[in-house]
Amino acid sequence: MSIEPILFYIFSTILVLASVAVVTVRNPVYAALCLVLAFFTCAAVWLLLEAEFLALVLILVYVGAVMVLFLFVIMMLDINLVRSKEGFIKYLPAGGFVAILILIEMCVVLGPENFGIEITGEPLKHAADYSNTKELGVTLYTQYAYPFEIAGALLLLAIVAAITLTMRRRPDSKYQDPAEQVSVRRDDRVRIVKMAAEKKQ
Amino acid sequence: MIELSDFLILGAILFCISLAGIFLNRKNIIIILMSIELMLLAVNMNFVAFSHYLGNVDGQIFVFFILTVAAAEAAIGLAILILLFRTKRTINVDRLDSLKH
Repeated sequence: MSIEPILFYIFSTILVLASVAVVTVRNPVYAALCLVLAFFTCAAVWLLLEAEFLALVLILVYVGAVMVLFLFVIMMLDINLVRSKEGFIKYLPAGGFVAILILIEMCVVLGPENFGIEITGEPLKHAADYSNTKELGVTLYTQYAYPFEIAGALLLLAIVAAITLTMRRRPDSKYQDPAEQVSVRRDDRVRIVKMAAEKKQ
Repeated sequence: MIELSDFLILGAILFCISLAGIFLNRKNIIIILMSIELMLLAVNMNFVAFSHYLGNVDGQIFVFFILTVAAAEAAIGLAILILLFRTKRTINVDRLDSLKH
């Protein structure tokens, strides 16, 4: 028996336990740390699927950026822990019932009789010098070059939106309002006074 | 040998856990945002698994774009959250009902 199924079951057990902890722990900081663990183990599962580049990107982008942002926000806000867990028991039957029902339905559809190894066949094993990053780059910069540009524009939009939303305008700071500058008229600034010329003394 | 259905069922389990998380943590927007991230992770797991078993790299390209959009979504969502806390002094979903009154 090869080691891959053992690794798969170890990692998926950790992944499921970590994600259960994300939705059940009381403290949001612990929830964020459990989500970090879930992302790490998911990256390991993706390594088993030979998606090396995406596994590394998941760790870099999610653990390195997004989860740090989450932790930053959680620690910055003063959250009442007791109140935020109110209604947990109340919604547990409904939520659990819906989740288990959907899980059973999905398992019926996605089970081994529809997506088993006899249907899909053995996946292609790549050689040791195969570069997943190169393969991905070749497709991304040729066939998907236009969506790639759009993704870049989207990230720029996200930066501008996040800064604009959270920027606080201090009342005592001096700033220019371009709209007001553009809409100024001559009459607002210049006043022509007509008066009779004075006689020379 | 690991089958494709194993990965798909793992993705389904993750999806259902995060769905239950949205139900259970109705008061706390931060946990709801984290559940959404977990849901996106489940979808990405399906994409990567299909990409590996069908020998087609396009699925991984889609995961790449989903990661981009999810990062942008998390940044803007947290910015809105900070704005909400600054004006209302709470992030409790039940207290955000000013449109009702």
